[in-house]
Amino acid sequence: MSATVEIAFTLNGVATQIQVPATLSTLEMLRVRLGLTGTKYGCGEGECGACTIRVDGLTLNSCLMFAADCDGRDVTTIEGLAATPTGEALKEAFTANGAVQCGFCTPGLVMQASHLLERHGHGHGHPGPEEIKRGIEGNLCRCTGYSKVIEAIAAVDVSAK
Amino acid sequence: MDALQKTKAEAGTKPASGDTLIGKRIPKKDAPEKASGRTRYIDDINVPGQLYGKILRSTQVHARIRAIDTDAARALPGVHAVITAADVPWQRPIGVSKDHLPLKSDRVRSPRDEVAAVAADSEEIAEAALKLIRVDYEPLPIVADAQEALKPGAPLLHGEDLVWTSPDGRSEVLHKASPGNVAMTFTYAQGDVVRGEAESAAVVEDIFQLHYVTHCCMGVSGVIAEFDASDNLLLHSNTQVPFLHKREFAEMLGIDPGRVRIIQPPIGGGFGSKLDIYPFEPIVIFLARATRRPVKLVYTREEEFLASPTRQPVLLKLRSGCRQDGTLTFRAVETVHDNGAYTSWGATTPFVMMQTFSSLYRVPNCDYRTLAVYTNNPYSGSFRGYGNLQATFAVEAHMDKLADAIGMDALEFRLKNAQDPGEVTPQGMHFNSCGFKDCLRTAAERSGYQQKRLAYRSKWNDGAVIRRGVGMASMLHVGGGAKIYQSDGCGTILKMDDFAHLTLITGASEIGQGSETVLAQLVCEELGLPLAAVSVVNSDTDITPWDVGVHASRTTFVAGNSALGAARKAKTKILAAAAAKLEQPPEALDLRGGFVIAKADGKRLIELSRLIRSLHFSDKAELVMTTHYYEPPSHHQDKEFKGDVSAAYSWATQVVEVEVDTQTGIVRLLNVTAAHDVGRVLNRLGIEGQIEGGVVMGQGYALTEELLVENGVVRNPNFRDYKLVTAPEIPEMDISFIESMDGEGPQGAKGVGEAPAICVAAAVANAIHNATGVRLYALPFTPENVYRALHGQAKPLTWNVAI
Repeated sequence: MSATVEIAFTLNGVATQIQVPATLSTLEMLRVRLGLTGTKYGCGEGECGACTIRVDGLTLNSCLMFAADCDGRDVTTIEGLAATPTGEALKEAFTANGAVQCGFCTPGLVMQASHLLERHGHGHGHPGPEEIKRGIEGNLCRCTGYSKVIEAIAAVDVSAK
Repeated sequence: MDALQKTKAEAGTKPASGDTLIGKRIPKKDAPEKASGRTRYIDDINVPGQLYGKILRSTQVHARIRAIDTDAARALPGVHAVITAADVPWQRPIGVSKDHLPLKSDRVRSPRDEVAAVAADSEEIAEAALKLIRVDYEPLPIVADAQEALKPGAPLLHGEDLVWTSPDGRSEVLHKASPGNVAMTFTYAQGDVVRGEAESAAVVEDIFQLHYVTHCCMGVSGVIAEFDASDNLLLHSNTQVPFLHKREFAEMLGIDPGRVRIIQPPIGGGFGSKLDIYPFEPIVIFLARATRRPVKLVYTREEEFLASPTRQPVLLKLRSGCRQDGTLTFRAVETVHDNGAYTSWGATTPFVMMQTFSSLYRVPNCDYRTLAVYTNNPYSGSFRGYGNLQATFAVEAHMDKLADAIGMDALEFRLKNAQDPGEVTPQGMHFNSCGFKDCLRTAAERSGYQQKRLAYRSKWNDGAVIRRGVGMASMLHVGGGAKIYQSDGCGTILKMDDFAHLTLITGASEIGQGSETVLAQLVCEELGLPLAAVSVVNSDTDITPWDVGVHASRTTFVAGNSALGAARKAKTKILAAAAAKLEQPPEALDLRGGFVIAKADGKRLIELSRLIRSLHFSDKAELVMTTHYYEPPSHHQDKEFKGDVSAAYSWATQVVEVEVDTQTGIVRLLNVTAAHDVGRVLNRLGIEGQIEGGVVMGQGYALTEELLVENGVVRNPNFRDYKLVTAPEIPEMDISFIESMDGEGPQGAKGVGEAPAICVAAAVANAIHNATGVRLYALPFTPENVYRALHGQAKPLTWNVAI
C-alpha cells in the first residue's frame, strides 16, 4: 500500500535486514514484524513511555520513530537488555523492591532505568532519588505510584556492572 | 525527607516470628517475567488465522440513523465482514439496566456509539474499510447536563421501550422507557433528620461537584473471540469477572453458558474498568460468528479514552449538623448522577456512597437520595473506590466545617464521632474489627496534624504568596467482600504432586494487584513450604473454580480464606498419613520447610515429597488434592439498603500537607501520612505498593486529572491533555498499618485495594482551606480552578433539582 524500504541494523546484537513500509513505526516493526512484544503500545504518541527502546545508546519512544530510521543503527529492546548483566540486575531489583504490579509499563521503565544507570556508571556515582524521578518522568505508571520503581532503580549497584 | 526514606510504623501487636511468611516482603511471583518483557498481554497474543476487528463510532452526539451504506466497505479486498445492527437483529442489550445495544440500530446517543464493525485481514484494511462506510444521520437535540435533562421538555434519551425480538419472532421488552430521563433512583433513611436538625447547635449546607476521570489502564482494552467447529465460544478477555461474563455472553448469544470459555491473559491494569461488558466485546463475537474466524480487536489509546467508562461524576448537596459538644446530629444528602447515555455500574455507586454518609461516623439521623439521569455524555462504570471518593469528599469537608463552627479541634471532633469495634450501625453494618480511632490518632501524631493546622491557619493574613496547609480525611470501605450477587464466594483446588510441588487453582483473577502471590503465601504458610513450591493457575474458566470476580477489595479476604481452607484440608490429610506411617498422633506433627516435623522440638521426621510418593504409589493409591469453597458470612441488603453486606470493614485516615502558590494556583502535594486498618499485613511489599499506588491515583483525582466533556464530546482523549501524575510529582509517603486482626479474615487480614485512593482529594481540599482560608467545592484542583477560587472567581455551583 505504501513504498517500502530495505534497512539493515543491529537488533539486540544481531545483524538484521528487513523490508519495511516507509510509514511503519519502529514499534510496529518490532512488535508485528519481528515478534518482539516486550516493547508495549501504550499511546502511540510518545506520551507514556511504554514503548521505550534504546537506539545507539539513547532511549526513545519507538512509536515516534520510523522503522526506516533504524537503518545503520544499534537498537536494543527489553528482550536484548534482559539478557545482559544490567538487565538481570534491574529485573532482580524491580522484583525485590515491589516495583512491578500490572507490569505493562515495566519494560519501558526498565529500559529507561538502564540508560539512567549507564549515564551514571562512568565515574559519576549512583543517581539520586531526584535524578531518578526526573529520569523516569516520561514513563507513566498507573499502579505503583512510582515510589517502589524509584527504590528499585536506586537499589541497583552500578559499580558491579 | 523524600519518598525513599519513608518510615513504616506498625501499631500492630503481631510480631513476625521465626520462619513465618506472614508480614514479610514477598516479591510478586510474576515480576521477573514482567520485568524482562516476557509477559504476553492481550495485544501480544495472536491466534493463527485471526482477523482484525475495527469499530465505526458515531460522528454525532445525538442523532437518528437514517441509513448506513456498507457496500463499498464490503467490496474492499481483504474485508471478511462488515456488520451493522441489521446483521444481528437478535443482539440483546447489555449493561446494568439492559438499556444498551452493542450495535446501534436507529439512534446514536453519544459520540462513542458503535454503528458498524469490520473484520479484515489486517488492521490497515479494517481501518480503510471503516472510511468507506457512509452513515446518514439526522441530528437530534443534545442534552449534556444532568439538571437540564430533568427539566420538562428535555430531549429524552430512552423515551421508548427497548423491544427485543428473538430469532423465532418472540418479542420482549427488555428495557422500559425512562420518562424524564431518570435512569435509576436510590432512597435511604435512618432516624429523623428533622429532629436531628432541631437538636443541632451548628448546621452547614454545601453543594459539591465531582468531575469526570477515567481509569487510564496502561494496557488498552482488547479481546480475541473465536468459535470452534461445535460452536463453542473461546474468549481471550481482560475481564475482572470471568464467571459473571461467561453467563452474560451466553445469554446474549442464546447458548448454554457451559459453552463459553474465558481465558484471561495477564491484564495491563483494571481498577474496576473491566467489571462490565462493553459493546466492543459482543461486537467482536458477532464478527467471529460472521466470519468463522478468530477476530482480535485492541483499542487505540484514543479509543480507550473515548469508549471506556469513567468514574461517576456527581453533583451533591449535603446538609449536616452537630451539637455544641461535637456529637453529630444528622446528615441529609442529595446527589444527581450524570448517568450518560447508558447505564453501567457508575449508576449504582450509591450502594457505597450511602455507607460513608450513614456509617463512617456515628450519625443517628441520615437521609440519602440519588437520581441517576440520562444525558448524551459518556457513561460511568466502576472505578476503585466506587463512589466513596465522591462521598468522602463531601463528608470530610463538613467534618472540618462543623468542627470549626463549634470551635472544636478537628481531630477531637472526628474522634468523638468515630466508630468503635462492636458497633452495629443503623444501616446494619457490624464492625467486628475496627481500628478507626487508631488510624485517626496515628496519622495525626505522625504528621503533627493538630499543631500544624493551628500554625498554618494563623498565617492566613500574612500575605505570603506560598502557603502551607494540612488536611485530614478518613474512610470506611468494605474489607471482607460485598454481597451484591447471589454468591460472594470463591473456590480453590489445591493439588500436590509427587515432589511436594503445589498447584493452586483459584477462581480469583490477578490484575496486577498481587493476588496470586498473597494466595500462594497463605497456602505455603499453612503447609510449611517455600513460595517457589507453588504454581498458581487463575486464568481459565474451564479449569478454575467459580469466583464472583476481582472487585470490592475482596480477593485477599475471600479468595484468601478459600485458599486457606483448601490448604488446611490438605494439611489434615498429609498429617493423618504421616501419623499412620510414623505411628504418632497427628496432633504431635506439623509441616515445616518441606518436612513433617515433631511439633514439640521441630525435629524433621520425614521429607514431605517422600511421604507424598509413598501415599501415591501405595496399594491404596491416593493423591493429595483438595477443594474448598468459601462464602463470606455476610448478608444481602434488604429493600431499604440495610444489612451487613461485608464480612469485615476497612478503615483509614490520611493527613496530607500541601503548598499552595496563591499567584499561580499551583497546589503541590508535599506529603501524605497514611494509617490504614488492614486487619493484618500479609505481604508487606505488596500492601505498601497498593497504598502508594492508590495514594498517587487519589492525587491525580485531586490535582491533575480531568476528562473534559463539552456538550457530550470528550475534548482531551490523550495523555498530553489528560494529565496523569508523573514521578517527580509524587508526595513523600509515610504509611502505618493498624493491625486489628479481623476474626474472619485470612490470618486476620482485610481488603485494602480501594482504600488508599479514597481519602486524598478530601484531605487536599481541607489542606487548601487550611493554607488559604478558601474552601473549594469542585474538583479537580487544577491551577486554573484554584486560582479562580482564591480570587473570588469560582463558578458558583447551583442546585435546581427536587429529588
